[in-house]
Amino acid sequence: MTAMPDTRRLLLRALLVAVLAIFLAQALFPFAWMAITAFKRDSDLYNPTNNPFLFNEPPTLAHFRLLFTETKFPRWVVNTAWVGLATVLITLVLSLPAGYALARLRGRLGQNLGIAVFLTYLIPPTLLFLPLSQIVSGVGLQDNTWSLVLTYPSLAVPFVSWLLMGFFRSLPQELEEAALVDGATRFTAFWRVLLPLAVPGILTAVIFTFTLAVNEFIYALTFVSISDLKTVSVGVPTDLIRGDVFFWGAIMASALVVSLPVTLLYNAFLDRFVEGLTAGALR
Amino acid sequence: MVSTAVPRVAAHRRVARRISWEFWLLLPATVYIFLLIGFPLLLSIYYSLSHISVGRRDYSFAGLSNFRAILSDQVFQHALRNTVLITVVVLVAVLVLSTILATALAERFPGKPAVRYLLLLPWASPVVMSTIAWKWIFDSQYSVINWVARRLHIIGPYEFPQWLGVPHLALISIIIVQVWRILPFATVITLAGMSAVPRELIEAALVDGAGFFTRLFRITLPLVRPILGVAILFTALFTFTDMAVVWILTRGGPYNTSHVLSSWAFQVGIVAGDLAQGAAIALFMLPVLALVAIWVLRLSHREVTE
Repeated sequence: MTAMPDTRRLLLRALLVAVLAIFLAQALFPFAWMAITAFKRDSDLYNPTNNPFLFNEPPTLAHFRLLFTETKFPRWVVNTAWVGLATVLITLVLSLPAGYALARLRGRLGQNLGIAVFLTYLIPPTLLFLPLSQIVSGVGLQDNTWSLVLTYPSLAVPFVSWLLMGFFRSLPQELEEAALVDGATRFTAFWRVLLPLAVPGILTAVIFTFTLAVNEFIYALTFVSISDLKTVSVGVPTDLIRGDVFFWGAIMASALVVSLPVTLLYNAFLDRFVEGLTAGALR
Repeated sequence: MVSTAVPRVAAHRRVARRISWEFWLLLPATVYIFLLIGFPLLLSIYYSLSHISVGRRDYSFAGLSNFRAILSDQVFQHALRNTVLITVVVLVAVLVLSTILATALAERFPGKPAVRYLLLLPWASPVVMSTIAWKWIFDSQYSVINWVARRLHIIGPYEFPQWLGVPHLALISIIIVQVWRILPFATVITLAGMSAVPRELIEAALVDGAGFFTRLFRITLPLVRPILGVAILFTALFTFTDMAVVWILTRGGPYNTSHVLSSWAFQVGIVAGDLAQGAAIALFMLPVLALVAIWVLRLSHREVTE
């Protein structure tokens, strides 16, 4: 089996290390840059003769202090959390029954309906924001976080229903049928028997939906223009600027504060997300 | 006859009863999706054929005049060209790089889970936050890229390339950020495909004395092709329809040269308030989306038949 000569083997190994090192450097550089900038003094940051990779002056927490005490950032975090949690709740209320029904509809009809639901996931918000902006102002929700709470689930429901469908399909139908034979209603069978087993799938759906709400940009930019009501995704790039001066220290501090938890959370579940997208192509 | 007809009727009844509760469970999600996706989609087609603007609710029929107006507009032509150009370049770059990276990640080496986790961070990070970090990296005066380039004497000591201020550099910057962001996603998909390649095939090839590249191009890649289709599909979709990266990096500047369809639709429809023309601009995404949808249908159809 090991017909490969040792030198070639070593060369390939060195190539592997080099490739991984280059890819790691490019993947992590922007995060490192956020961190370096966030802790640097302005006098250090804006001195073109300084080596930007080093702390030429002692690090500082001034940008974080500014961010949390003198800007609306804490407000935006609260808004984002509220919008995110409400979006998760609405998405689950709509997608759990839908995913379950799609899973139990066997045959052609179930298959086609599942695909139809998935296809709506392909319609991007950049195609819908103009008419939605009119609908939102028509019902009086312009500059109101409810406009986001009510529209964000539309970005999540198609994919989450699809994801939960796959999850419920993996649970044997005999489980709920046994409960039905024992006299339970369809609802109790679902609630008591299936739901506890589906917790990992539901958790995936929750993380997907919440991070989507934190990420969303175009609806938030279109529907909400009052600073106090913005989410972090729109507040940070539009309001941490005075005139055309960017507060880079504070902006990078906020990027770090928001990115870190969201990134770590989402990354843990990335594989499941990809499984949802590739379901079918692998088999 | 009778003996077969009776079970069939019973089966029909069973199907009818079964459909009913499933139908009710599907109803709320379906109605909601129609109200917030289907209806606005139809409305945007209607807008594009009307005179509507933010100040003036004039729903009268305008025929194709909006499309004629935007097609003769140079900014729109740029936006359309940029959208296609960015998507194609990002797609090719992501495919090549993700194949390289997935091949590396398919090897066994110590610390692999940690390396993999770190490599995936760009996709997991909120797009607005990482894009704004890139905006700072591309800063007009304090760009770290320029600092390094000056140090390495690639550019002169008083040169300050304006990454986001020169048309072709702005496009390159947008492409860099999109590739950086989407690469991990495509890599995970490619890797999933690679790990599904039967180990025996690789071992058989090894026994036959096939080299590394022969194995890659003759065995792994052809077998991974269907799943590469998924990577291509979503890379194209995410790049083609994205607005956040362009809006945050350049806002379509300098001089409206780096707009894409989505950002130009926002500029015309929301900032300038011409909803009809904005909708017409956004609708130019529809043909590509239709192609993507057909592709998805074909992929899923193959799944059913195989």
